[in-house]
Amino acid sequence: MVNKSLKKLYTFLIFAFLYAPIIVLIVFSFNSSKSRGVWTGFTLKWYVELFKDAEVLKALYNTLLIAVSSAIISTIIGTFAAIGIYNMNGLGKKVVLNLNYLPVLNPDIVTAVSLMTLFRFLRIEFGFITMLLSHITFCIPYVILSILPKLKQMNKHLAEAAMDLGATPLYALRKVIIPEIMPGIITGGLMAFTLSIDDFVISFFNTGPGVSNLSITIFSMARRGINPVINALSTLMFIGLLGLLLIINKRTDKNQGERGGLI
Amino acid sequence: MKRIKSIVLLLLVLIMGTMATGCGDKRPTINVYNWGDYIDTSIIKDFEEEYNIKVNYSTFATNEDMYVKLKQGGTSYDVLFPSDYMIERMISEDMLVKLDKNNISNIKNVEEKFLGLDFDPNDEYSVPYMWGTVGIIYNKKMVDDKVDSWDILWNEKYKNQIIMLYSQRDSIAVALKKLGYSMNTRDIKELEEAKQELINQKPLVYAYLGDEVKDVMIGGEAALAVVWSGDAVAMIRENPDLEYAIPKEGTNLWFDNMVIPKSTKNKEVAEKFINFMCRPDIAAKNADYIGYSTPIPEAVKLLPEDIRNSKVAYPENEKIENTEIFKDPKDIIQVYDKIWTDVTSEQ
Amino acid sequence: MKMKRTSYPYILWMGIFIVIPLFLILFFSITTGDSQNISTFKFSLDNFKRFFTPVYLKVLGRSVNLALISTVICLILGYPMAMIISKEKIKKRNMMILMFVIPMWMNFLLRTYAWLTLLGKNGFVNYIVTKLGFQPLNLMYNDKAVLLGMVYNFLPFMVLPIYSVLIKIDKSLIEAAEDLGANKLKVFMKVILPLSVPGIITGITMVFIPAVSTFVISRLLGGNKYTLIGNVVEQQFLWTGDWHFGSSMSIILMIFILITMAITSKFDKDKEGGGGGLW
Repeated sequence: MVNKSLKKLYTFLIFAFLYAPIIVLIVFSFNSSKSRGVWTGFTLKWYVELFKDAEVLKALYNTLLIAVSSAIISTIIGTFAAIGIYNMNGLGKKVVLNLNYLPVLNPDIVTAVSLMTLFRFLRIEFGFITMLLSHITFCIPYVILSILPKLKQMNKHLAEAAMDLGATPLYALRKVIIPEIMPGIITGGLMAFTLSIDDFVISFFNTGPGVSNLSITIFSMARRGINPVINALSTLMFIGLLGLLLIINKRTDKNQGERGGLI
Repeated sequence: MKRIKSIVLLLLVLIMGTMATGCGDKRPTINVYNWGDYIDTSIIKDFEEEYNIKVNYSTFATNEDMYVKLKQGGTSYDVLFPSDYMIERMISEDMLVKLDKNNISNIKNVEEKFLGLDFDPNDEYSVPYMWGTVGIIYNKKMVDDKVDSWDILWNEKYKNQIIMLYSQRDSIAVALKKLGYSMNTRDIKELEEAKQELINQKPLVYAYLGDEVKDVMIGGEAALAVVWSGDAVAMIRENPDLEYAIPKEGTNLWFDNMVIPKSTKNKEVAEKFINFMCRPDIAAKNADYIGYSTPIPEAVKLLPEDIRNSKVAYPENEKIENTEIFKDPKDIIQVYDKIWTDVTSEQ
Repeated sequence: MKMKRTSYPYILWMGIFIVIPLFLILFFSITTGDSQNISTFKFSLDNFKRFFTPVYLKVLGRSVNLALISTVICLILGYPMAMIISKEKIKKRNMMILMFVIPMWMNFLLRTYAWLTLLGKNGFVNYIVTKLGFQPLNLMYNDKAVLLGMVYNFLPFMVLPIYSVLIKIDKSLIEAAEDLGANKLKVFMKVILPLSVPGIITGITMVFIPAVSTFVISRLLGGNKYTLIGNVVEQQFLWTGDWHFGSSMSIILMIFILITMAITSKFDKDKEGGGGGLW
């Protein structure tokens, strides 16, 4: 019993730690002062201004578009790559796996500058496409890393058995392998989305005129002070996500079963 | 499984759809690249409507960020807002185009003293946008000495209450000025002395900050800080205990000007934009929104009284006589970098 | 089996977007000259020589030290958390894991920045401390604040991989051990802990790497008083414009990280590579 409440307390403390700054953000989105240094009174004006601020709204739109597209594309490429790598042998596998680790190991700024040099080298005009390509590049390794363990966990003979029974490789892939590793694919996609939405350095160096995402907007506000409109936006995003989470939770509640939910 | 597939499909369709709609605009377009939160965005809308032009607006955080981005190429910006020394560098590296003054008639509105400055002696490449000074902001409740010299930033009494700028150039400039040297010195010995001053000062420093300095000072967490005048105006508005002083040893006078880079695809429209920004009513609207000082006297007259009369934003002429404008450090930038690394790696 | 063909598109992608850029960085690191003008490049190892001077080694030492401490703290805090979560029912478990991910969808800079409001001299924590009758504490702009920032930002990367390994452990193994008379501590030490090593290794990697190369956290919470290696690299690319020195430092950092990873993976019995998976 003591043990149980101790666990509860521990969980509470960890989550309090994780969410404390977010609560600060939310509280200060209602602060009438532009500064985070003092509380001068309650207001909703930042929310009103948010919907008038074309720059921030466009940045939000770009952020979501890039995050969703790069998550989808990198998940597709990454899934196939992971299956392929899993079926490789010897030196080739080692080389590919280690190269795959590189974007994970490199400091962001190095990845950013090297990609920028590359795009320049290839004479691609900077803009939405270059930003998307760079996001996909740094997302794929994480997707692969989250799928590989699931493949290892899978029974090796499952696909072979299916093919022995007359299934084409494609059919085996679709009906046997992919469903088996689905949790890994979903976490990989989620990871890619998370990384993409939070990235600043790589986005900044690989974007072009008129295409900026939220983190670029926030970072470039730094010299003049971050506009509380951003706090208002974060609050709305947070509430939105929480709502979505509750809905998903309700859903899985209804048809709880075979595969065990989201992750 | 099915549901996930349909969600993915739906999203893909959505993305394709939105990407396609983005290309319908037939108006001439210019790409404007400015500091973050450094313009009243409604002015951009005014411009778009008045001239039937589309403005692609994006932002950067420092001169150097912008420089790297531009130098690397692959982009086509039309109007930029770099500072003085960066303009000097960009001119010397042949990155800017000469302006056609016939298209920028409103340059006549700019006060004489802001024209013909060293970084662009004949005003061939740039038109002033905003200007200001660097000084000390202090909390009257925490500081009882007279603040009129950089020396106060080395006063033991204020240990752990002093905030310096997180900028190699500005912090070294403060130390040089304290020693009575030029902030554009290329003398290694003088720079070494400045480094020693900064190392001596380090135990007293609470932090080296960029923008966060504003929140920290407004919240009364530190007594003294080195800041830009435009920020000082904003801070004093939020916390009346704060006051701004320009040290007697002299300080840095800075300018952010509008320029057109070589990569421009629409020079004439870019000039129209610059001209528009120099119109007194527009300049006033902008200066009122961002709180920095406009170089256009007609615009100053249109500002609300408290800003118009602010000695922080618009100091008397004799206060700024003793100032220097940054020059491009060129090759000596390596020395600055070494000094800064030495200072910040000191335990 | 022909399945390995499915990785070919990615191998091509990797060649273009990972291998070529890597060679570009390598090329920069062994040359000097005007970074923006290739005709001025000259072969030279000066960049590396410059790095191996006391100033830069001291900075590297500091960064490694802070990253190590934060990794250990993350492990100590994260392991019990992962265990608690892994013992919950599926639904609650998923919910809790998502709650670890959601904070990461708020902008990193904003979240880190918000700590200022909590830890400042007149911040929320000091408000409580003074109300309790103690002297206000100096919480901001020192090493402890930087450590806090690292733990705060990277803790999820420790919890998630350990959790994903823990839920895979065969329950019957634990039962068998218990049946054989092992007490709880013994079960943990002899069964659960050894089986979760791959997750721990992935966790350590995922925390240590970003912690050793960060520059934002030391800037926002450390007040820039003590430079970390990430700040120096950033300075070279953005301020000094010396991409050559910046690149050589990145290469050194990369080699350093690779060596560290090689050592840690020695403890991993699963030689397949890829560790215990991210989640």
